Amino acid sequence: MRGETGAIFSYCTDPSVLEGWRWFACYLTNGKHMLAYTSFGTVMLLLAITAPVSLAFGFAGATAARSRIAPLRWVGQGYTAIVRGVPDIAFFLFFVIALDQAFEWLRHQVKCPGWDDPIRQGSDFVVCDAAKLPLSSSPQWVHEVYGFSLAVLTFAIVFGAFAANVLFGAMRAVPRAQMETAEAYGMTPRQSFWRVLVPQMWIFALPGLSNLWMILVKATPLLFLLGVEDIVYWARELGGMKGAVFDYPHPDWRLWYFLALLVFYLGLTRVSEIVLERLTRRLSHGQATSGGEAMRRAAA
Amino acid sequence: MSCAQTIADYAFRSIGIGERLLPRSDFTLCQQITLIGSGMIWNVYFGLLALAFGFFLAVAVALGKAHPSRWLRKPAEWFVFVFRGSPLFIQFFLAYEAFVLLPKIGVDINLGFVEITAETRWLTRAWLGALIVLFLNTAAYSAEIFYGALRSIPKGDIEAADAYGLTGWTRFRRITFPTMLRLAWPAYTNEAIFLFHATTLVFFSGFPAWQQRGDALYYANYFADKTFNPFVPYPIVAGYFILLTLCLITLFGVFNKRLNRHLPEAHRRRLRLRPNIIR
Repeated sequence: MRGETGAIFSYCTDPSVLEGWRWFACYLTNGKHMLAYTSFGTVMLLLAITAPVSLAFGFAGATAARSRIAPLRWVGQGYTAIVRGVPDIAFFLFFVIALDQAFEWLRHQVKCPGWDDPIRQGSDFVVCDAAKLPLSSSPQWVHEVYGFSLAVLTFAIVFGAFAANVLFGAMRAVPRAQMETAEAYGMTPRQSFWRVLVPQMWIFALPGLSNLWMILVKATPLLFLLGVEDIVYWARELGGMKGAVFDYPHPDWRLWYFLALLVFYLGLTRVSEIVLERLTRRLSHGQATSGGEAMRRAAA
Repeated sequence: MSCAQTIADYAFRSIGIGERLLPRSDFTLCQQITLIGSGMIWNVYFGLLALAFGFFLAVAVALGKAHPSRWLRKPAEWFVFVFRGSPLFIQFFLAYEAFVLLPKIGVDINLGFVEITAETRWLTRAWLGALIVLFLNTAAYSAEIFYGALRSIPKGDIEAADAYGLTGWTRFRRITFPTMLRLAWPAYTNEAIFLFHATTLVFFSGFPAWQQRGDALYYANYFADKTFNPFVPYPIVAGYFILLTLCLITLFGVFNKRLNRHLPEAHRRRLRLRPNIIR
């Protein structure tokens, strides 16, 4: 809109007289574009939070699936089995509403015990005002943070199930003799789990986990479906046709914006590939695997 | 309204046969199951056609990637990298925007060619546009699988073929291709399952559902939005997809058996279902 001028370059004060590269320099640094660039940070933040959280979920799930206590084992196995055979996007759409309603229902039970009306009234989901999340009186940023946290939790649950599956396999791949040796040294099951199994399982888990990381990177545009203002949202918003009432009128440029997103993701996957390859080399060091053996031979 | 009547009205709603208006209130379980099932027609359509066409391109790209010549190898590598390295979601958006721009360019270049303008118009519709994207995407993923299989063909097999005097096309048809297929089949089965799951993305990105003719997830989302109750429609979608997955595993399992029929039972490669993957 008019009046919203970028202040990065001094010559940007009157966009209507600009031409050529100066026009582009001003256009790409105006207020809305600056906001859009922060959404790349949103994606990175999502990756940075989701990866460790879902790894923790996965670890808990895999450990539970190995447990000697039957109900705990069933929970772990059910968690890993739930994501098989069903499109993940269905989970993404399902969990966001389900989690939202679950939180509101819990708060409703705690905060409004005297409430008599049923919560599901036909096709409406009604809780008392004090139980609404976020409160209708809270500022805009609270709504945004709440939406983002729901998205992170959803990602963590779904990817945690994948990670649980990978880690479960990795724990079983650790040579049995190692565990027997630990037992022979008189370690308790807990000690041998933490001191022998866990440090050794990572090299077996790494191919699966790196695959998972790639999938997680490629799943981040789904944030858009969950209602977060992410890079896809901005690409559609900024790329759409801008008429003469705007400071920087242009035709429909969404194609170029999505092309930029494509390049961004290709770059991200390429960098991840390189980093993961280095990590594999590091973790292979001294392991009784063909990779570790090859490194030992090369050094000797 | 009885359930039989609902089925008659909505069983083929997603392809435009039957009742035009979607139910607006008082949703019954029967309506949800019927409409979501009707949407599955699209998922099966996209999955089957993309898989069928994608297979041939995938074999070609895999052979290109394994070819000693740079001029064949580099384009194949780039094709696989672009489609495997970026989210399918973005690919859909990008393709849709590109297809929307096409007619304008097409009209400018080919003034008076009615056929070409008509064809580019179809590209913006999901049935063709999204199919092309899915076709290229599955071709890239399958090509990587086939390429891996090509590289793990036992050296002895090729040497034996040479000893028998098989060369060129004959060697490819009798030795390389069947062995590649046999080695790749378990992974390819997973790829087929993922592709069917990926078809649910079509109507959530770029391509609009024309006259509310959408896929299973589109209708499930419609019901969830209207009823604020995700606990009925999404499990229905899940149920349908589990059924579809089981059918696929059975079908691919039969073929796997045929590919391995010359091997003793203990040496056969089993199909193993892996957890599904977003692209």
